[in-house]
Amino acid sequence: MSVKAVIMVILYILLAPVMGGLMEGLDRKISARMQGRIGPPLLQPFYDVRKLFNKQVIAIGVFQSSLLLCYMVLMIFTGSIFFAGNDILMCLFVLSTASTFMYFAAVVTGSPYNTIASSRELVQIMTYEPAVLMAGVGFYLVSGSFRVSEIANSGKVMLFRMPGLFAAFVLILLIKMRKSPFDVSTSHHAHQELVMGVKTELGAHNLAIFTITEWYENAFLMGIVGLFAVTSNPLSYLGALVLCALVFFFLILVDNASARVKWDQMLRFIWIATFFLSGVNLLILMLVR
Amino acid sequence: MGKVKKSPWVLHYDGSSCNGCDIEVLACLTPVYDAERFGIINTGDPLQADIFLITGGINTQNKDVVTQLYDQMPRPKVVVAVGTCACTGGIFKDCYNILGGADTTIPVDIYVPGCAARPQAIIDGLVQAIALFQKRSDEHDEYERAHKGEKRNKNGQVS
Amino acid sequence: MQIAVFLIIFPLLCAPVMYFVRDNKVRAYITYAAAAVIASASVALTTYWVLEGSRPMLLLPHAEAAGHLILAAELALMVLVTYLCCKHRKYWISLLSIVPTVLIAWQELTDVKPMTLCHIYIDHLSILMCLIVGIVGSMIVIYAVGYMYGYHQHRKDVEDHRNYFFMLLFVFLGAMFGFVLSESLLWIDFFWEVTSVCSFLLIGYTKEEEAVNNSFRALWMNLLGGTALAVGIVYFARYENCVSFHKLIEYAQMGEVPAVICVGLVAIAALTKAAQLPFSTWLMGAMVAPTPSSALLHSATMVKAGIYVLFRLSPAMGGTTTGNMVALIGGFTFFMASIMAISQSDGKKVLAFSTISNLGLMTACAGVGAHETVWAGIFLMMFHAVSKSLLFQDVGATENATGSRDIEDMHGLLYRLPRLGFYMFIGIAAMFLAPFGMLISKWSALKAAVDSSNILLVLFIAYGSATTSFYWTKWMGKIISKSHETGERMKKDITGDSEMWSMTIHAALMITLCVLMPFISTRFVDPLLVEMYGQFTDVLPNGILAMMVLIMCMVFAIPWVAYMHYKNMQTNYKLNYMSGVNMGDNKTFVDSFGDGKKLWLSNYYFDKRINPDRMMIVCQLMTTAVLAIMVSFMVGGALV
Repeated sequence: MSVKAVIMVILYILLAPVMGGLMEGLDRKISARMQGRIGPPLLQPFYDVRKLFNKQVIAIGVFQSSLLLCYMVLMIFTGSIFFAGNDILMCLFVLSTASTFMYFAAVVTGSPYNTIASSRELVQIMTYEPAVLMAGVGFYLVSGSFRVSEIANSGKVMLFRMPGLFAAFVLILLIKMRKSPFDVSTSHHAHQELVMGVKTELGAHNLAIFTITEWYENAFLMGIVGLFAVTSNPLSYLGALVLCALVFFFLILVDNASARVKWDQMLRFIWIATFFLSGVNLLILMLVR
Repeated sequence: MGKVKKSPWVLHYDGSSCNGCDIEVLACLTPVYDAERFGIINTGDPLQADIFLITGGINTQNKDVVTQLYDQMPRPKVVVAVGTCACTGGIFKDCYNILGGADTTIPVDIYVPGCAARPQAIIDGLVQAIALFQKRSDEHDEYERAHKGEKRNKNGQVS
Repeated sequence: MQIAVFLIIFPLLCAPVMYFVRDNKVRAYITYAAAAVIASASVALTTYWVLEGSRPMLLLPHAEAAGHLILAAELALMVLVTYLCCKHRKYWISLLSIVPTVLIAWQELTDVKPMTLCHIYIDHLSILMCLIVGIVGSMIVIYAVGYMYGYHQHRKDVEDHRNYFFMLLFVFLGAMFGFVLSESLLWIDFFWEVTSVCSFLLIGYTKEEEAVNNSFRALWMNLLGGTALAVGIVYFARYENCVSFHKLIEYAQMGEVPAVICVGLVAIAALTKAAQLPFSTWLMGAMVAPTPSSALLHSATMVKAGIYVLFRLSPAMGGTTTGNMVALIGGFTFFMASIMAISQSDGKKVLAFSTISNLGLMTACAGVGAHETVWAGIFLMMFHAVSKSLLFQDVGATENATGSRDIEDMHGLLYRLPRLGFYMFIGIAAMFLAPFGMLISKWSALKAAVDSSNILLVLFIAYGSATTSFYWTKWMGKIISKSHETGERMKKDITGDSEMWSMTIHAALMITLCVLMPFISTRFVDPLLVEMYGQFTDVLPNGILAMMVLIMCMVFAIPWVAYMHYKNMQTNYKLNYMSGVNMGDNKTFVDSFGDGKKLWLSNYYFDKRINPDRMMIVCQLMTTAVLAIMVSFMVGGALV
């Protein structure tokens, strides 16, 4: 590992929660404005987490807390693989292992709301996995490498070569970031028809860990979005930021403008969209290679 | 210690109210009053709540439910009784199945009268609850620091 | 060199001993000893071969006597199958045995002696197969001793024919060794038929009506494949005057028409053996057999025979019509079988569908025929053999202990039967989670599919791995979920020591394999590919494999550290949230009548949306059409 990679990993570990928290604060603020409210302060997510850490430590069982901690460590590891410039497919596979640990932490409680929500969570994972994998394959086809560092320095703007894969990836971001209409397992808002979905049994301390892990995840996902715009040119990092901002605004807009769908509608829609958007894009990339 | 007063999460439970107070509670979250300005979130989950907000009186059926929800909340916690029924039992007081106000079952900290309680009154009650929540939180920290590493009983108190 | 022959002959000699020793205890000890001998002999063969320089070896140039013996045995097999078919009034199936046997006999007796280089061929692939059959196979035989005892305790309605059962297991092991070590196509055909018949007899072990019907379905499908194999072999032998497997591949690579046609027919035969669509139904039916036979024949070894043949053929298939069709069928099977697995709640059925699905991926890897895909396929085969065998054994032991193999009844298994629950958890994790071998292999399969620009296979892998992780994860969730039953540890775990030993060794083997993956790759698989293709480039760089070992340590260490951390942490444990109506624990709640009601948690099975039977028929029709196209291309190509 080069020095640059080490610095990037340290920056990720330190800054990702800050970025993730700010994103959530911004999200709540913009959503409130869209609904004609003033909304909470920008730093509200940090206040929430600080409060959660200040409360009495409660849990359903010792397995729940430990599995949740595994989820967090693996998620940080996922992001570190990515920002160290390592293999993107490995990163995605560790990501799915991390999600599996989150599922375990939910299902181990044996709670009815958690069990239903975690089944839906599994459906979500199944729904977004093809699009995520194919995005990785697309990067490989364009840049000739699976390594993030080489993809970022390939000198080609991925967005122009793989618009279909990008569109499919943005669609599944709605699922990953728990935005309506695809927030079937749990919502980033306070209410859902299954109480809090997979978060139902997370007591104060555990909820804080879960929230921070989501921040790490969101920062990592935005990193992938940025990868679509980054080239060896330093100016392109600015472009990546703009792209992330646009995508983020799009997600909030959809979140506020749509109603939650049933899980089977979500599965059908995303799979068909992925098939056409990503599949056709991949086919073209293979043909022109 | 920790400034927790910026993030009070509310668990709203409807005992045996006529739904009048509940509509007012939800009105607090609408754009007109926007309680989220204060970081208030209406969560549905006792494990994540700080303020237990009860409307309506306690009857024989929901007594156990209220006790259990209260037990599931992590300390520090505050209870707010909203509306006359939750404060005293109100016009249902003498019904065969009504035990009375919320304080017949769990310790209530803040009483918000009114039939139905107005949103302004509810928000006022919540603001007082937030202050109390901060105070309890400081006490909780004090207690935790003083008894660090000691053996505890099931409720987290030093035996 | 004698060890190779010993490996084939010894199990066959053990078989009659098994049959005639009627005392269960005595037979158990003989079984342990024989299994130990087989396992050590396969290791010895490997060691000997490595010491000789890891080069392909050709053995037994002259074996006329053995050839005659095999012909006689083949005829005897035909008589046996015909008799059994007549006895159960399935007369037409006997034709599928008579036709190929007569063809082979005609070929062998009338023709001038066809040229065979040798009869036995040992290279990296045969050595790997021998190790799988030798180690996994003998473990399963050891497991079978304890299992069959428990089985007859728990199934009083089934007549106890354990001697017959063990005889078949040993006959099968001998045949399997013969199959992977043979170079002569005639021998391969013979051992092929023996494994088909063993499978048929084992499926019908309980003699219940369902078992008999399923066994005949397995028989006709496998014999159909056998017929295709025999026709291909005889056709090739008649035109090229040669029955050497390697010559066949060489000629096919040169584009000789008889060889190309023979490769197509052998590939069809391999599809039947590997239970690919449209022939998948026999493997589903085979699940009525006692679990050791499911583990040994229908997941770890016999079905791999089909895959083994396809790997051998892959240099000749790459880029041809046959190869494309095989890859298409394999990829399609991988995806469809994993969808069908979602709708199953019977543990063994899920394992069966997942076996079909994984075999599909291996088939696709072989069909694409690039050296990268074959690299991935070989690793898939090894990891799959060990993990699936572990899972089958575990499900079997769980069924004996709890009386059910339904996944819904495995709720909280980790708390009730900790050892079995733990091994099941590990076994499932090995099937799909990072960093275990199956996932790495799937990853390299994906990379290889991209490199060979096979968009269909990329799509199948992307969607198929999503559905695969769905059904495995929900099963794992079931095992660790806090029980809605008593959730207490079962007082008596009737799982025998032999079963436990076998499973422990499997679990250890699986982790060792993952750690040794870079070593196996450089010492066995890469040289094999160099030999098959003449060139080889690394699929996954060793740096990544080393990273995977690191992740492996993390996946085991973090939960343990986290558990230790939280165990000593000052935590207040609360009840589950059930709208505040739990009755003092997490298992009952107050219903609308004010009474207690038990909580019952269940997984998603999509049963209203997936109808596996109807789906199977549609898939079979589609794949039959593909096969029909493939055959007509072959015939057309021959006529032109």
